[in-house]
Amino acid sequence: MSGLGAAGSAELEPVGARAVEAALGAGADEAEAWVERSHGTDVRVYDGEVESLAEAGGRGLGLRVFVAQRPGYAYGTDLSDAGAAALARSAVEAAAVADVDEHAGLPDEVGAADVDGLHSPELASWSAERKIELALAIERAARSREGVSQVEDTVYADRDERSAIVSSSGLSASFAATAAWAYASAFAGEGADLMTGIGLGLGRSPAALDPEAIGGEAAGRALALAGARQPAGRRCPVVLDAFVAASFLGIIGGMLSADAVQRGRSLFAGREGDEVAAACVRLADAGTDPDGPASAPFDGEGSARRRTELIEDGRLATYLFDARTARKAGRSTTASAVRSSYRSPPSVGAANLVLESGEEDLEALVRRAGDGLLVTDVAGLHSGVNPVSGTFSVGATGRLIEGGELASPVREVTIANDLVAMLRAVEAVGSESRWVPFGGSVRAAPVLLGEMAVSGS
Amino acid sequence: MTLLEGDLAASVIERALRRGGDFAELYVEDRSGFSVSMDDGRVERPQLGHERGAAVRVVSGEATHFGHVDGLAEEDLLRVADSVAGAVGAGEGRARPLRPAARGASPHAVERAPGGVDSALKADLVRVCDERARSASSEVAQVRAGYADARRQVQVFNSEGRSAGDDRTRVRLGVQVVARRNGTVETGAETRGGHAGFELVESAAEEVAVSAARKALTMLDAVDAPSGRMPVVVGNGFGGVLLHEAVGHGLEADAVQKRASVYAGRIGDRLAQPFVTAYDDGRRAGEWGSDGIDDEGTSTQRTAIVEEGQLVSYLYDLVRARKAGAESTGNGRRESFRHLPVPRMTNTYFAPGEATPEELIAGTEHGLYAVSFGGGQVEPATGDFVFGVSEGYLIEGGKVTRPVRGATLVGNGVGALGAIDGVAGDLEIATGFCGKAGQQVPAGVGQPHVRIRALTVGGTAA
Repeated sequence: MSGLGAAGSAELEPVGARAVEAALGAGADEAEAWVERSHGTDVRVYDGEVESLAEAGGRGLGLRVFVAQRPGYAYGTDLSDAGAAALARSAVEAAAVADVDEHAGLPDEVGAADVDGLHSPELASWSAERKIELALAIERAARSREGVSQVEDTVYADRDERSAIVSSSGLSASFAATAAWAYASAFAGEGADLMTGIGLGLGRSPAALDPEAIGGEAAGRALALAGARQPAGRRCPVVLDAFVAASFLGIIGGMLSADAVQRGRSLFAGREGDEVAAACVRLADAGTDPDGPASAPFDGEGSARRRTELIEDGRLATYLFDARTARKAGRSTTASAVRSSYRSPPSVGAANLVLESGEEDLEALVRRAGDGLLVTDVAGLHSGVNPVSGTFSVGATGRLIEGGELASPVREVTIANDLVAMLRAVEAVGSESRWVPFGGSVRAAPVLLGEMAVSGS
Repeated sequence: MTLLEGDLAASVIERALRRGGDFAELYVEDRSGFSVSMDDGRVERPQLGHERGAAVRVVSGEATHFGHVDGLAEEDLLRVADSVAGAVGAGEGRARPLRPAARGASPHAVERAPGGVDSALKADLVRVCDERARSASSEVAQVRAGYADARRQVQVFNSEGRSAGDDRTRVRLGVQVVARRNGTVETGAETRGGHAGFELVESAAEEVAVSAARKALTMLDAVDAPSGRMPVVVGNGFGGVLLHEAVGHGLEADAVQKRASVYAGRIGDRLAQPFVTAYDDGRRAGEWGSDGIDDEGTSTQRTAIVEEGQLVSYLYDLVRARKAGAESTGNGRRESFRHLPVPRMTNTYFAPGEATPEELIAGTEHGLYAVSFGGGQVEPATGDFVFGVSEGYLIEGGKVTRPVRGATLVGNGVGALGAIDGVAGDLEIATGFCGKAGQQVPAGVGQPHVRIRALTVGGTAA
């Protein structure tokens, strides 16, 4: 929008430096500025026409200060010198009401990892017309499948983002990254038989998106469910598809945050080194995976991103630490300070959660399940999980499995368990893994679970 | 409050229509706020924010073109207008002269503007919450309290001559308590919030904290929830999230027009018993989802959505109203100047009925009393919904007996609406955050106690 495409990420560093300087002048002992600029396009098409074409993005600065070990934060969109000065006063004013936190402060360890291919020059070469054409092709691909009654929503979006961090400890770094993603929501069946399905794709540029695959997936998922009914309740093996597995992993990843653990809000508290999952479960935070949507050279406070094994052969290897939680625990950061945007100070979380894939494809997992349930969608996950105990009860849709084959589609089913019991019940992780933007950034494969309670009519 | 003068707004709109279009709009916003929390016994994460920007939208036929800019500099506004115009096809659109801004008195009184209240007092509020919740019982293991205030000043100008403004202040205080007894861990939450000033929360800390603690402590005694179909009495206040999810989203005109709603083509149909009436009401004084105008400059209003059991209205923004040949119902809302407005609920609630909560429970032989939900989700196309019950009890022999954990309500909106067989008189509205199309807006959810004859409860009991 404002010629941002031409702006290099390094141009943001002086903006951050001025804010840090202003903060020190306003009374901060330490200060750290995070500056963002992004631009992009959002396209929504419907029924063969453009519904909306939006130029997206924005800019902003978040300033974290420490005044006598009291942390304060301020953010805004005014990047002028006057704006930086106002933010500096606000951040110092905010810090005055915080309690002293002996572990607070800038990280001791900063740096930057080499991550290839975060920024795709390809994106800039795509015109709005080509992006619209891509979205229309996705819609056509979904609509052309027999039995699809409607394609409600087809969205293409991309971003070119520049981020910089500058701190009073001498850190000054920046990076650029691009992302493009698209999804479609298709309906199959009419009236009481109607069910929906989504298809999605993501990459660094629109060239990575396959319209046939995305539209076809939306159609295929809807068609597989059309005519679903509520089945009788049962106890049976359950297969989670990659989308559903990713949603659960996102919740588990949140509970592996050392912050949740230290505040007594994680079922994993006190269980480092314990068997918390079946031996076939290997989960890592792959912060520098070139394909990882959340990959970056450094985390939200400037520590070099890395790969951290979280669950190794079922054993809980470590929690996720930022500088503060690491200090409190006498450990080192795992570069897990996450920024959702310049509007909030960093919190502790995973970058890219990756579940290591296994040998068998989905068909083989279904065969192994024998008589069971394939879950292709869950609803109410965030409201249905007790964040401390990990017990959950969620709504599910999917297909019954009879004699090792997919059978009739089902809806209005609930599955109930607790997360550790579920992790221990994993009998196999499938081979077809993919990136899914549910529950953060997760690479997941289908998962076969032993018996679970499935309630229906 | 003036962020932008009418003359500049008029030239931006004119520039936006330079290459055609049926409608152009300039939306201007200044937003600021403060938040602070107390967690693990420490006041932390105090933060102040200030953002300002504008958005230009041109509607041409069925297509909407949109762009936004940070800051309100004249050259930036004109550039974004040019950029949006550049995306519209050939032709030239016409703008009517802007009328003087319509300024009705806002129905939402703000007595103590939070911006003028010392941050230390706000921090004290979360401190009191922490102290009161912890003193409720030695079984209270962890407390998190959060305070937030926000002010949004908006101005909207459009090519139909509309010029309107709004100054919105919201405050919210919330407490989450974790209680622990041996191996059992439960959580309880309570919030107080509204379109109001600091006065709404300044004396509320104790009540909010004690209520959150009571919920968590009560649930320590919980037994596993039963499974199966049974009558469900849904509590007042946040219980209304069921209406919001299972009915309200399906009445938003974008879903209706894409035939992505089970309620499409059903206006005039009798979907519920004659004693069931429901409203979307963005004007209800001081409520969380209330505003003076919506984010397209239309006055907020009370819209009957279900009247004596009959479906009577959808919820419209300008674009969908134009398509339907209807009037906007004042439901064009957006998260910020970086977002396109879409039809959204404001405060959605069942109107009070004749029964009492006691009668609804006494008339239930065996069922579930769902007092509050952790949240919910619905697929508007099918009406299928899921709600996690955060505080629930068994009803046995017409009496509320033991608390239950892990209950989930699963059902279908049309079915549940038709199955309502009792509405009490104790209407209350609670604070929710509603996500749709990647945008979060404050939404009030409410109802009196309501009984649903039969609903599927997904429980954890073997």
